[in-house]
Amino acid sequence: MPHRLSITKTPKCYVGGAFIRSESGRVTALHDVSGAFFANIPQCTRKDLRNAVEAAAKAGPGWAKRSAFNRGQILYRLAEMMEARAAELAEAVALGGTSKADASREVAASIERVVHYAGWTDKYEQILGSVNPVASAHFNFTVTEPMGIIGVIAPDDSPLLALISLILPAITSGNCVVALASSAQPYPSILLGEMLATSDLPGGVVNLLTGQRSEMLPTFATHEHLRALSGAVNAADRKALRLGAAESVKRVRLLKAEAPIDWFAEKMQGVEEIRSLIEFKTTWHPVAA
Amino acid sequence: MPKSPARTKANPARELVFGDLWEYDPAPETADPKLKPRYDLFINGSFVPPRAGKYFATINPAHETKIADIALADASDVDAACKSAHKAFTNVWGKMPGKERGKYLYRIARLLQDHAREFAIAETLDGGKPIKESRDFDIPMAAAHFFYHAGWADKLEHLAPGRQIAPHGVVGQVIPWNFPLLMLAWKIAPALAVGNCVVLKPAETTSITALKFGEICQEAGLPNGVVTIVSGAGETGAAVIQHPLTTKVAFTGSTEVGKSIMRSLAGTDKKLTMELGGKAANIVFDDAPLDQAVEGIVNGIFFNQGHVCCAGSRLLVQESIAEIVLAKLKRRIAVLRVGDPMDKNTDLGAINSRKQLTKITELVKSGVAEGAEKYDTGCKLPAKGFFFRPTIFTNVSMSHRIAREEIFGPVLSILTFRTPEEAVEKANNTPYGLSAGVWTDKGSRILQMSTLLKAGVVWANTYNKFDPTSPFGGYKESGFGREGGKQGLLDYLSVG
Repeated sequence: MPHRLSITKTPKCYVGGAFIRSESGRVTALHDVSGAFFANIPQCTRKDLRNAVEAAAKAGPGWAKRSAFNRGQILYRLAEMMEARAAELAEAVALGGTSKADASREVAASIERVVHYAGWTDKYEQILGSVNPVASAHFNFTVTEPMGIIGVIAPDDSPLLALISLILPAITSGNCVVALASSAQPYPSILLGEMLATSDLPGGVVNLLTGQRSEMLPTFATHEHLRALSGAVNAADRKALRLGAAESVKRVRLLKAEAPIDWFAEKMQGVEEIRSLIEFKTTWHPVAA
Repeated sequence: MPKSPARTKANPARELVFGDLWEYDPAPETADPKLKPRYDLFINGSFVPPRAGKYFATINPAHETKIADIALADASDVDAACKSAHKAFTNVWGKMPGKERGKYLYRIARLLQDHAREFAIAETLDGGKPIKESRDFDIPMAAAHFFYHAGWADKLEHLAPGRQIAPHGVVGQVIPWNFPLLMLAWKIAPALAVGNCVVLKPAETTSITALKFGEICQEAGLPNGVVTIVSGAGETGAAVIQHPLTTKVAFTGSTEVGKSIMRSLAGTDKKLTMELGGKAANIVFDDAPLDQAVEGIVNGIFFNQGHVCCAGSRLLVQESIAEIVLAKLKRRIAVLRVGDPMDKNTDLGAINSRKQLTKITELVKSGVAEGAEKYDTGCKLPAKGFFFRPTIFTNVSMSHRIAREEIFGPVLSILTFRTPEEAVEKANNTPYGLSAGVWTDKGSRILQMSTLLKAGVVWANTYNKFDPTSPFGGYKESGFGREGGKQGLLDYLSVG
């Protein structure tokens, strides 16, 4: 049998439920650890970021209105999609030079994390919300609401686990996400987009961009429709993001990328992460006294 | 029995108008506020003069007379303050069992109750708010906050199960002049309950009750340095929040200043809580109990002369009842008593400062210039002092400055709506999101509106209600973080 020429994949970003190339037409060549050409990755721009925010804004109200049970079902479905393609994900993680074993471990931890948050969708409200015994004839209660659109900036390391650890607590409570993947190792985010697309997650809830962080950071900082920023970045970027965030009193939760972050740790997941990306609303409802 | 004639538009009920037939007798509050002519800084458990020896005068806004000299803390004073607070945290407060910390807070709550009248009078003298409000609201509520948080001190493990929690250390707090002692209580009580020490900067025009609170700390035997009060203006506040030892900063004040604080701390890892401005919508539906709603509208905008971040400064009234609500509202504000804050019958006291009076006057002028229709009662104002008549604007459009900017004064902008959707759209069309009011007879509508309004607090058939158990704080540019309830406590802890 003659040698068959394989079909190479053109990596595309997952934005608004569709797979896009950057509006700029630019790409960055991605090489594997041996230096061989692997693929061209879209080099997204500020305009792509703004388009993604628009897509998230369209998806937001619908996603926030989904029942907690339904959000949990969809997240669990995402875990199923990832599990089925775990080997492929591990290869993508290993592209950056991580050993096969470590890459598999990262993929497994990522899937576990999705399942963890799938279970939180209909429980965090019971932990974080409250009925408050006020000293007047009112039924006073505090519920949580999603903040809206969250800007996620993933670190270079742990390109799958870090990215998904930042996205999950946001969407668990009904937020939408515009995320910038690891600039050094973007390929796992391309695969993750394909899995999100088949997970029943409505298009636009999670939008994944690839490209240069320095190029998009100022827009993440100042875009007023991003209501919070969550990520792991270096000191200079933290300052730039916080300066921009001040202009619209944006919520900021940034980890230090220069310090080692153990993304596998138990404390990198849970209700506290969800709490950092929600609002509390308190209602005073009269009762017959 | 003779049949009374049917009330129609042509034959309305006659109103009793007394005019100025019977004037109220003056009913001044006369208890002794026990003021000192000069207030020093409260650092490390003692009152110490500022290093540079500078003082500024604090005046009574109702008479424009000087009350006392207040120490002006500079950066070196703040440095000493932060160091003593840090020492207290490291050596004493941070190590103390929660149960013991709680007992100190209980003591403070009790002592505030003991000194309630004197604090109420001091608050009214220094800030201009009516004595009935400082006496019946500010001071009791401040004590209630210490009571509530005292009980949390030994139960913190219930706040974040499964996680390691720890106090931040020294918290820098900057508070506004509208509820001087109450804002202090909102800030200090949760911070201390979870094991932080605090360095608090009161507002420049209202330092007295904060410094008197230092005396309460002494009376309670609170360990030195756990609470530090440094008085001064913006520069003092900046020194507190910039100091490397204040790892957590809590600010209540205007959105403008809040943003500048966020910018100034952008290069640091400090944790922030921001409780900023508002432009709340108070929404009245056609099925609302109207007399009750009118009381709520008045309370919403004229409470504390409108110096309230969550004031119901935009009245959204359903078109079909707009005329009758406006008529009732005008009748109600005609009997509001504006004047001497120390008089027990006064409804609206003095505007806090000349600066604030100027700002209110300027915004009201803009309202007239932009085409809104201004109405005030024309009531007599005292010859001296800073006063402003209760003012309402009709024919207001969403683009007017008086519908968009926080006035922080007794000025109400009235807009109308036809459908609940329009009310929600108008209510949410602002960069702010602190609070909202809903007036309706339908419980289901209350819950629906509450769901749709982008605001941190929603009052239904009431307004300006507060409670230590009820988290308070905003959406959007009204800030982040909560004060009160278990949610507020978590903002004073680091969760690992």
